[in-house]
Amino acid sequence: MIKFLLMVNKQGQTRLSKYYEQVELGKRAALEADVVRGCLARRKEECSFVEYKDYKLVYRQYAALFVVVGITENENELSIYELVHNFVEVLDKYFSRVSELDIMFNLDKVHIILDEMILNGHIVETNKNRILALLALDKMAES
Amino acid sequence: MALKIVKGSIDRMFDKNLQDLVRGIRNHKDDEAKYISTCIDEIKQELKQDNIAVKANAVCKLTYLQMLGYDVSWAAFNIVEVMSSSKFTYKRIGYLAASQCFHEGTDVIMLTTNQIRKDLSSPNQYDTGVALTGLSCFVTPDLARDLANDIMTLMSHTKPYIRKKAVLIMYKVFLKYPESLRPAFPRLKEKLEDPDPGVQSAAVNVICELARRNPKNYLSLAPLFFKLMTSSTNNWVLIKIIKLFGALTPLEPRLGKKLIEPLTNLIHSTSAMSLLYECVNTVIAVLISLSSGMPNHSASIQLCVQKLRILIEDSDQNLKYLGLLAMSKILKTHPKSVQSHKDLILQCLDDKDESIRLRALDLLYGMVSKKNLMEIVKKLMLHVDKAEGTTYRDELLTKIIDICSQSNFQYITNFEWYISILVELTRLEGTRHGHLIASQMLDVAIRVKAIRGFAVAQMATLLDNAHLLTGNTQRNGICEVLYAAAWICGEFSEHLEDPMQTLEAMLRPKVATLPGHIQAVYVQNAAKLFATVLRKHDGETESQAAQETSQLLIDRLPLFVQSANLEVQERASCILQLVKYIQKLQQKNVEVAEEVTALFAGELNPVAPKAQKKVPIPEGLDLDAWINEPPSESESEDEKPKAVFAKEEPKHSRSRHTEVDEKELARRREVRKQEQANNPFYIKASPSSQKVYDAPGVEHIPVVQIDLSVPLKVPGMPMSDQYLKLEVERRQKEKAERKKKEKKKKREKRGKERKADSGPESEEDITPAHQVDIVTEEMPENALPSDDDDKDPNDPHKALDIDLDKYVPYCRHLQFIHVLHIVYDIQGNHQDESKVVVSVIFENKSDSFLKSMEFNVLDSLNSKLQRPEGAGAHDSLTVPFQLPPGQDTHAFLFVSSVSVSIVAVCIDCFLMQSDESSTHEKLDFKLHFTCTSYLITTPCYSDAYAKLLESGDLKGSSLRLEGINMPFHHLLARICFHHHFSVVERIDSCASMYSRSIQGHHVCLLVKTTVSIDAKCDEPSLLGNVLDEIKQTFSKC
Repeated sequence: MIKFLLMVNKQGQTRLSKYYEQVELGKRAALEADVVRGCLARRKEECSFVEYKDYKLVYRQYAALFVVVGITENENELSIYELVHNFVEVLDKYFSRVSELDIMFNLDKVHIILDEMILNGHIVETNKNRILALLALDKMAES
Repeated sequence: MALKIVKGSIDRMFDKNLQDLVRGIRNHKDDEAKYISTCIDEIKQELKQDNIAVKANAVCKLTYLQMLGYDVSWAAFNIVEVMSSSKFTYKRIGYLAASQCFHEGTDVIMLTTNQIRKDLSSPNQYDTGVALTGLSCFVTPDLARDLANDIMTLMSHTKPYIRKKAVLIMYKVFLKYPESLRPAFPRLKEKLEDPDPGVQSAAVNVICELARRNPKNYLSLAPLFFKLMTSSTNNWVLIKIIKLFGALTPLEPRLGKKLIEPLTNLIHSTSAMSLLYECVNTVIAVLISLSSGMPNHSASIQLCVQKLRILIEDSDQNLKYLGLLAMSKILKTHPKSVQSHKDLILQCLDDKDESIRLRALDLLYGMVSKKNLMEIVKKLMLHVDKAEGTTYRDELLTKIIDICSQSNFQYITNFEWYISILVELTRLEGTRHGHLIASQMLDVAIRVKAIRGFAVAQMATLLDNAHLLTGNTQRNGICEVLYAAAWICGEFSEHLEDPMQTLEAMLRPKVATLPGHIQAVYVQNAAKLFATVLRKHDGETESQAAQETSQLLIDRLPLFVQSANLEVQERASCILQLVKYIQKLQQKNVEVAEEVTALFAGELNPVAPKAQKKVPIPEGLDLDAWINEPPSESESEDEKPKAVFAKEEPKHSRSRHTEVDEKELARRREVRKQEQANNPFYIKASPSSQKVYDAPGVEHIPVVQIDLSVPLKVPGMPMSDQYLKLEVERRQKEKAERKKKEKKKKREKRGKERKADSGPESEEDITPAHQVDIVTEEMPENALPSDDDDKDPNDPHKALDIDLDKYVPYCRHLQFIHVLHIVYDIQGNHQDESKVVVSVIFENKSDSFLKSMEFNVLDSLNSKLQRPEGAGAHDSLTVPFQLPPGQDTHAFLFVSSVSVSIVAVCIDCFLMQSDESSTHEKLDFKLHFTCTSYLITTPCYSDAYAKLLESGDLKGSSLRLEGINMPFHHLLARICFHHHFSVVERIDSCASMYSRSIQGHHVCLLVKTTVSIDAKCDEPSLLGNVLDEIKQTFSKC
């Protein structure tokens, strides 16, 4: 099961955070800092899985942006690794070449995309068109 | 009014949106906090406006700030407002904010119940979707209880988009409200075969997660999953299913045997690494659960190990890491197959990646044997020297100690070597694990009696060279070993060659810079050494040496008497006075040695860490009995809320405690014993537990002469490597001798018997260098063996351990032998309050195809079947499907009905026997419409509730439930779930509950912990029925 998903930049600033199990607000900052430190310190030639407390972290780097997923022992690391890439591809498709600023400016939309893909800590959808269907509707409503 | 709107929209133009906020924060890098606080002020202003668009914008900005770590819980109410907007764009912003900020303690959550229920039943699937998503983040036990029925209904929604979300949310609902699992399970099971792969995958996910915690309840689903596994092509789903089998096989070995083949096929055929990895993992789990020694399975293990080797050799670090991870699982049961890859694993110790090195270390832990321990530790010691970064070095250090000390030093054949390793480890600079090394030294010295002489000599050297360890006071974690060294030298001082020298080393002025607890041990053990020195010189009249020793202590101890540490000070001053006294006696030529030695006489035996906990309770001690009478409970009753309900009955239990006499106590004790005897988790006294080692006296221990072939007097530190060389030589010698003997034997028995090949040495062949007596840790007499010391009683999954195959009491069953099996459930309709919905599951039990079915209800005054327009009043409804044998399906019927009744139903079944002929079967049955079916969960606020009660329109009645033995909140949850009530307020020992019938009658309950229920309702017949039904529900449990 997925416990949380974070997007952070190289300076360690959180750009997106989603928790699938309640973590107190006060503890989130400490957890995020810890997690980010653990991942940022790693070199390119090191593997993408880090053991952290009871979690396992799976991370991927895209330019200056890191996506870090905290999972439980029983989750398949490789499938989460693929999921992260899938997520970034969907963002890329929606924002046509996604950048850090896109994610910050459209936090609510990124959350929608994420919620369509992961629900309650489980993968629900991986098809790009179906994930973006809701946002297409939203766009129509706005214009 | 119009002006206000115009003004509002002009204001809006100047509002910051999310983009402006983000830009602003980036432009104010220097005074970010100040900028954000002005933004928060602006947001507060925006939230005060009536315009929902402005509010939504403000809430959107708050979500961003919340992510940055700002507490926005003050806006919780505004978030609820935005959630209830009718426009989807705003609604989703509200739900997003709620899912990010709300948690179980957020009090406004209880205000959302109705809004969420409305959104869940919205005709727009995206409204429902967004409500479900939000709910998954902030569902509370109350919400779960109130909404369980709604979400359950959504599991059968026409849109797969909603179905898959509802299925996944159910998992959260189960966790928060375990009672919902049983009624929801049949539907969940149904979803495993949903035509939509997304829904199917969601159901697989949920069942996997449930089965992981309580696998035995899901064994019956194995055939279904087996079918899915062989038919599914979706890797994500396959991974989950395979994982599920991993959890099920330990319970059903036959399943394991069946799985091996398809799994090995998948391993051979798949190109997806994640799937391959999962298959290998599950094959390992399956093989672990199967009894070992099955010849045909060694091939599967071999296949797994081979595949893993490929992963480990891959240049992709991720695969390498996972390969090692899976390898460690095989290691537990098939160490032999892994040990042959030792080269590869040692190679990984040189990897650039620390996590890979750590995994390789884990593997080494399981790979050691008596034969290779020294060699592996030698390699690790080399890595310790090379290692950069203290974390990895510390990890290496702990691993070396773990490897050596595992299962009671099982693999150590030469303890001199181990002590040398420990001493070498003390040379590590800046390690945090000084105490670990120290405890190992103590452990070995105390428990391995034969090694004490050697250990003491090494420790004396350490104490003598203490300046090497304490050189850097900044990072002196390692000086902890001096604690052990001082204690060992003192306690076993009879082994010391030159106690005087060690005593001198322990009283050097530099010692005063050590941490207090170490100094205290120094002082105490200096006294022990003093006693040894005295005894050594016992008998010599006017011994110069003995008096010198006293003088040394008198000179040096005052330094410690001045210590700031209380413990050191106290011990030092005690001992100083003692020595002064002894000195006086010495000057009078009195023999003191024996008496001083008596101060420290006796052996200290190791005690097991759990010993204290396992001391059995002595006969006659009743920890439950009152020592003093507790104050009577009656005082608190005055504070109870106004008695709106009928007066409370006088309590019987009030004088309970005063009546306890001897007999009663004896009876209770008996009952408790009985309970313990029946409780599988209670640790009972059994004869086998009396494994207490009668620690033999020192004289009984076969102390073998230690072969001191290593020059112990090497100044400085010993070299463990020399032991390695020696050990190898020794083993070879032994082997040669053995061979000689064998040859002799062979010569004697030639031809009679072929000796097994003397190739690689087997474990048993290696004899330890010296006979070692490892003292077992002491346990109290009658200690009770137990393994369940560490179970977590708070695991939420415990409550989900429900046997799902048992009869489900919540839905009503009807069975027509050989033809149909019908399960039905009746609920009030949220959309149209004059109707109830009867959901029915038909299952075709016959061998023939059920071609068509007609359903008819004999309408009565009270109830009427909802027929399509244009149909006659007595026409029957054709159920719109056909059923092949053994299949089931679901249908909804609407019935307008207003009160409790029994509805007569008639079904005409047309069964097809063959292509031409068909038979007709007429089935009559009755549906019981309980009044609970007409109640709709409706939240009610306490002020409205109070008004309702005070209005005087309601009639009262009450009910006592006997023999109920469940926690109060479970009781409430049960009433809520089965009878569609909601909790209005809960005060200590009572709770008020509310529900409304579809005709608008109010039903109020006051439930007390004494399990009495007072009820009020404006419709007397409804009231009586509801109470009767509640009584029935509780009589079933």
